[in-house]
Amino acid sequence: MSQSAEYALSPMQTPQWPGDGLTRIPYWAFQREDVYALEQTHIFQGPSWHYLCLEVDIPDAGDFRTTAVGDASVVVTRDTDGEIHAFENRCAHRGALICLDAKGKGRRDFACVYHAWTYDLKGKLTGVAFQKGIKGKGGMPPDFKIAEHGPRRLKIARLHGLVFGSFSADAPDFKGWLGPEIEPRIGRVLAGRKPVVLGRYTQVLPNNWKLYVENVKDSYHASILHLFFTTFELNRLSQKGAIVVDETGGHHISYSAIDRKASSAGGEYAQQNIRSDSKYRLADPSLLQGFNEFGDDITLQILSVFPTFVLQQIQNCIAIRQVVPRAPDRTDLNWTILGFETDTPEQRLTRLKQANLVGPAGFISMEDGCVGGFVQRGVKAAPDERAVLQMGGSTAESSESRVTEASIRGFWKAWRAQTGI
Amino acid sequence: MSHITHDIFFAIARVQADYSRCIDDDRLEEWPSFFLENCIYKITSAASHREGYEASVVFANSRGMLTDRITALREANIYERHSYRHILGMPSILGDEARGVRTETPFMVARIMLDGTTDLFATGRYLDIWSIGSNEPKLAERLVVCDSSRFDTLLAIPL
Repeated sequence: MSQSAEYALSPMQTPQWPGDGLTRIPYWAFQREDVYALEQTHIFQGPSWHYLCLEVDIPDAGDFRTTAVGDASVVVTRDTDGEIHAFENRCAHRGALICLDAKGKGRRDFACVYHAWTYDLKGKLTGVAFQKGIKGKGGMPPDFKIAEHGPRRLKIARLHGLVFGSFSADAPDFKGWLGPEIEPRIGRVLAGRKPVVLGRYTQVLPNNWKLYVENVKDSYHASILHLFFTTFELNRLSQKGAIVVDETGGHHISYSAIDRKASSAGGEYAQQNIRSDSKYRLADPSLLQGFNEFGDDITLQILSVFPTFVLQQIQNCIAIRQVVPRAPDRTDLNWTILGFETDTPEQRLTRLKQANLVGPAGFISMEDGCVGGFVQRGVKAAPDERAVLQMGGSTAESSESRVTEASIRGFWKAWRAQTGI
Repeated sequence: MSHITHDIFFAIARVQADYSRCIDDDRLEEWPSFFLENCIYKITSAASHREGYEASVVFANSRGMLTDRITALREANIYERHSYRHILGMPSILGDEARGVRTETPFMVARIMLDGTTDLFATGRYLDIWSIGSNEPKLAERLVVCDSSRFDTLLAIPL
């Protein structure tokens, strides 16, 4: 074996984080295959919770849906007793996908197409074809025990109609892990009402998954990169807001609300949604004629749960974003656009119109899908250079100012804790 | 649909050719004029269409919303310059109903980025309802049903 081949086969060195803080992010974190692999084992199969699907996706016994936790394909099922289970979509025999369909109903079991090893709705192996051989010949050895084989099964946590799962037996209690501030903010959007899936699509991002998550947590860029609202002089009511970062750093909430006090101080201007001297006007302003859904003045709430779950309220556009890493420089962003059973036809129409704000053609988010690619391309030749994250200081704490990068630093705090990098 | 004349077929085929040429030539300001004032325009996926999902990647129920999309592209949104090349099949005439003539037309769209990178951007079909008046046919409804539910990260220019 040549020396260079030996070198290539030897395990890579664990990358060294520059310094001990959160204000400098090395660009290799978005590039290296070994970092990607480490994330898969330490985060996606580690003691984190990952969004799997909605309860309404699998309402009845025998319903299932396939989803992804990082690189792992996962089957989520509803058992005959109403319980939800999830298991890795990998046959215990030779590793083939057990389930090839994205969703389905009325299943009693899953049989691998390769050799018909069969699994129940819990993901437990229940049958091995020709286990005893044929006419006493062949078959598995007598000491083969079905109960000792099976795909990995996930722990399940349910909250306000969301289903989360974890591969790790060491996953902390879900609500404790979310902390006291995140759960009520999920509840604000989802509690006590039944969601209706209005639409789904996947946006294919040309960048590392963390660049998208950073963007979600970045409240500093919003008014700079997204010019839809400012160009059309929309939403001129004075806004107040804040960033909430949980103790682990990994979860965050960014919100903005109408500031009634400042608005009334602004005089008649406060009553105007659209400034009269605006050069550009919406030809059809019905896009933004929403309804007060929550009984508060919060017009925007972006909430993330480490590592890859986002719950979005932008006016009346409610959506779940599931971030799925596919390669160091490729990410799938799965959008689920939600309405609710209680929607009136007018409210439903508003949601359809406001869905124009998000996704690959979104008035205020088409830039978010591209900017990660700009970074991925920009840093290609500079793995050892670093991003600067000093807006609002160096810590990862909640803040009343949104001109801060605290929640991005929080993400890296949690990422470093889980990966050990 | 034997009662639909060749004249109508040719009129629809002709205006579709104009439609794609208008987009590919970057005359987007003219694009809304292919639609009635009261119109539906959606971009969705075959899976979502089959599923009956109401929400789509792009939704408009007025010509004004189409105009707003172009104004936003020109004045507000930030993206890398690019262009499309539409290749359309022949319209299949599916029926004649109160709102107009229903057709289905397959399309392929290549996207050309500023650096010359050319990709097959989307394939799919237009599910249309054409209002046939005395002038050229206008779209009462165009559902752009993309074959894949995986969309490239940027869908700026209309299909």
